[in-house]
Amino acid sequence: MFDGGDSNVRKFNTVNRRVFILKIAKGIIFTGIVARLFSLQITENKKYLTLSDKNRLREWRLPPVRGEFEDYFGNVVAGNTKVYQLHVVPEQVEDFKYLMVRLKNILSLTDKQFSKIVKKKKQQKPWETLIISESLTWDQFSKVNFYLHELSGAKPVLSVARNYPYKANYTHVLGYVAQASESDLLENEEIKNKHVPGLRVGKTGLEKTFENSLIGTNSVKRYEVNAFGKRINQVDFKEGEKGQKVKLTIDTEIQKLCNELLAEKSGSISVMDIFTGEIIAMHSSPSFDPNLFMYGISYKDWDLIRKNPLKPLINKTISGLYSPGSTIKPIVALSALENDVISTKFKVNCTGKMEMYGQTYHCWKKKGHGIVDLRDAIKQSCDTYFYEMSRRLGVDRLNITAKRFGLGNTVFKNLYTEEKKGLVPSTKWKKNALGKGWVLGETLITGIGQGYIQTTPLQLCLMTAQLANGGFKIFPRITVDKNQESLEKIKYKMDESLKITNENSSSLIRSAEEIFYKGEKEYNKLFRNQENIKFVLEAMSASTNEVRGTSYRSRIDDPKYRFAGKTGTAQVKKITKLQRELDLDTAQIPYEERDHAWYVAFGPYKDPRYSLCVLVEHGGSGSATAAPLAKKLMKKIIDRHEEREKIRKNNLVDI
Amino acid sequence: MFEQSSYSEQYTFFQKLRSFDFVLIFCVLCLGIISNFSMYSTDGGEFLYHSKSHFIRFVTFFSMMIFLSFFNLRFWHSTAYLFYTITLGFLIWASMYGVTASGSQRWINLYFINLQPSELMKIAIIVCFARYFHREQMSNINSFKNIILSMAILLLPILLVVSQPDLGTSILIAISGVIVLWLAGFNIKYFIYSGLTLIISLPFVISMLKPYQKQRVLTFFNPDRDPLGAGYQIIQSKIAVGSGGLTGKGFLKGTQSYLEFLPEKHTDFIFTLFSEEHGFIGSVILLILYGVLIFRILNIGSHSRSFFGKLFCYGFGSAIFVYVAVNMSMVLGLLPIVGSPLPIMSYGGSSMLATMIGLSIVMSTKIHSKQIIH
Repeated sequence: MFDGGDSNVRKFNTVNRRVFILKIAKGIIFTGIVARLFSLQITENKKYLTLSDKNRLREWRLPPVRGEFEDYFGNVVAGNTKVYQLHVVPEQVEDFKYLMVRLKNILSLTDKQFSKIVKKKKQQKPWETLIISESLTWDQFSKVNFYLHELSGAKPVLSVARNYPYKANYTHVLGYVAQASESDLLENEEIKNKHVPGLRVGKTGLEKTFENSLIGTNSVKRYEVNAFGKRINQVDFKEGEKGQKVKLTIDTEIQKLCNELLAEKSGSISVMDIFTGEIIAMHSSPSFDPNLFMYGISYKDWDLIRKNPLKPLINKTISGLYSPGSTIKPIVALSALENDVISTKFKVNCTGKMEMYGQTYHCWKKKGHGIVDLRDAIKQSCDTYFYEMSRRLGVDRLNITAKRFGLGNTVFKNLYTEEKKGLVPSTKWKKNALGKGWVLGETLITGIGQGYIQTTPLQLCLMTAQLANGGFKIFPRITVDKNQESLEKIKYKMDESLKITNENSSSLIRSAEEIFYKGEKEYNKLFRNQENIKFVLEAMSASTNEVRGTSYRSRIDDPKYRFAGKTGTAQVKKITKLQRELDLDTAQIPYEERDHAWYVAFGPYKDPRYSLCVLVEHGGSGSATAAPLAKKLMKKIIDRHEEREKIRKNNLVDI
Repeated sequence: MFEQSSYSEQYTFFQKLRSFDFVLIFCVLCLGIISNFSMYSTDGGEFLYHSKSHFIRFVTFFSMMIFLSFFNLRFWHSTAYLFYTITLGFLIWASMYGVTASGSQRWINLYFINLQPSELMKIAIIVCFARYFHREQMSNINSFKNIILSMAILLLPILLVVSQPDLGTSILIAISGVIVLWLAGFNIKYFIYSGLTLIISLPFVISMLKPYQKQRVLTFFNPDRDPLGAGYQIIQSKIAVGSGGLTGKGFLKGTQSYLEFLPEKHTDFIFTLFSEEHGFIGSVILLILYGVLIFRILNIGSHSRSFFGKLFCYGFGSAIFVYVAVNMSMVLGLLPIVGSPLPIMSYGGSSMLATMIGLSIVMSTKIHSKQIIH
């Protein structure tokens, strides 16, 4: 105690005083730490809890199960089939090389396929599933299962894939699905939201149009993962919903017949209910098997389709544009009658050709038809008569009538992106589009469906339907819609529209657009005087069912099946003088230069219900090539009528 | 006077045992048990490598601490310089022949243990200063010779540790050294002057930092700058602590650590794991244990009649406080990430060894509190 003395006491005092200051500082700092803990763990707990869950939980989305397409009778026309796949999770495989060599033998993979899989493996994380095969045959599947005990890490899996049981029959109606591309994701928010690697989406046709209701929702598996993204265990499983079913108005039996009728030919057939507008068949030939696109089509197959000169990729029914030829004659005649240009008694002497404005216009019949009236002109398809009549009518009045009956516009509203509008010329159109004045000679050839006028086969089918139903506007559709009006109501509405006085509703001076866009589902009349329609329909019947009618050879005498129609033979090339003199048979002309064969018809004649349109590209004359097909088709359609009615009535009950 | 003092030195074994500080021992045991359970949790709920060796170390070093507590305080006083010199020698050895791990040459291979001498230096520097100022007259303390010599004693090991490189440990050595110097009675103005000098030279120091160290400082100010890179540790640590809530996710249920989002979970971030699993309540209890421990150490110091024991206890208690405060502030995102273990809790033999040696000197001070060292 002596050592140090006063100095020591001072030293002790200093150190004690300074420690006291330190103690206070420590107390403050510890309080600060507790405050920080409080703010993190109590105040902001929710925020960090969410972040922690986000860290640890990952969602794995499985591809949604796509909705099915059914035909009118409930047959699945685009469904899902079970496919056997082989998955490998590389991480769980002890010896990947050995496994791959074994699998190569068992599945007899080619070297190319083998190296493709190895390449794919390198691009993935080791815990991501590697799909060795997307579709094993049953043989391969059972073989893999047999050797499974030697193939540790390989997992045979049951999955679903799109399947088109009727193969080429529905290709152009439905389109097809294939792996979603970058642009699919950009264009469609729904696809982007539901996308998983390998997801198949609609590429064309209805598969594309109805994508959003077909696609369904993903099943979701939630996993707990570690910091490296490796799955630790499954936390829960939310089953997704299958996409909605889409029911078509199409009758598969008739659709199949269309395919058969057009086998080996290039062309199109469409069939329509003339009141409800239901498309009963719609086929474009040649077609192809959309199942090929499921797992990536081979180059060989794709080249075969792409390079086929008959253009199987084009849906000719709605995006093929053709001169309608004589099939337009009923509309030309109707237009002339409605505008009082001629009366039904008006006669022309056909000598086989007609000189006008310094040009010679030929009738298809070299010798001429002699003196013909309007009925004979339609029945025998006399070109001379129609030259004279359209000269008097003028192209602009014809344009209005033609557009009213559905030409020059798409038949479906936004249902098919590839659908074409076609063209019905007018003087104004030519001035705007070509910058030239209309030449009167062009009116004459427009009157026989040549020249500028271009239509799709389905437009002609609609035109025929709207004539056959008595001249009322209808709304074609290809899917069964819950809100659609019943046949009875449609007929009632049509009758109602008859009562509207002529002046406001049906003056032909009103532009066609006004009728088109006035209101949805107004089954308005498209004529001024129904007698004119009746006259044209009767003349079409004569063309089929009377001697010297152009399609007399294809008639059906049984009143149950009797139908009426109009042939058409559309030139694809201006006929030269030399060719006219040679008068070659169709078979002697090069394929590309042969005429297109048309036939439009409706039936049964006494109580019409269906209209159809047949086109055979470069098929020669309409009466020789197209009309016989229509005859077989019409018989089938009428045979199927009763069954279809049964379904229609059932559907009514459902709704 | 001499007889008196020699008389008071003659404690029997049981006398010594009776004057043990049982509160201190209780706190150390509690922390030891908690640390072993936490280590068990870092091993994913299994008694594996880390938990096993942590357990063995704790038991060994704790027994060693009890044993060393019986040593007379004079022993520590007389070996203080030797202790410092040997540790300094180890540091030089480490810088020349040291074992390199994760880019830093910190360890020396002593065959039975891989020793990290910088951890020992944390204690050695305090012992050394306690000895140095024990005999110094108050009036002499601020003499030029004292200042220069103590600066040399402090800066030599710091420079060696910085060059390892180990910024964290060198900062901790510096802070505890400076605190001891201040407690010893250094005039406050020296600290203010050198503090100012440090601030002025800071830009130069920063420009000399290694890129990864610069990155850490920058990241501290904005962890979201690079959430998957340098800011990852801070963000994940805050998520772990914050998601713990009031009562925590439960023992062995800390998803952040179990699923390996937490970095360095058995060393520097052991508190994060504990806090995630046991929440605010657990964390505060742990903090109270440390608080009591530090309070007891300071208390023992204030009862000691020798300046050596007093200064050591004050210095060591403050040092423990600094380690705890720096480590917790770091994992809670209040300070940049520098390597600094949490005493007793963190995995690491050298740190445990140093802490236990420090505690045994404290205990010896308690037992020999009446003793005066000449």
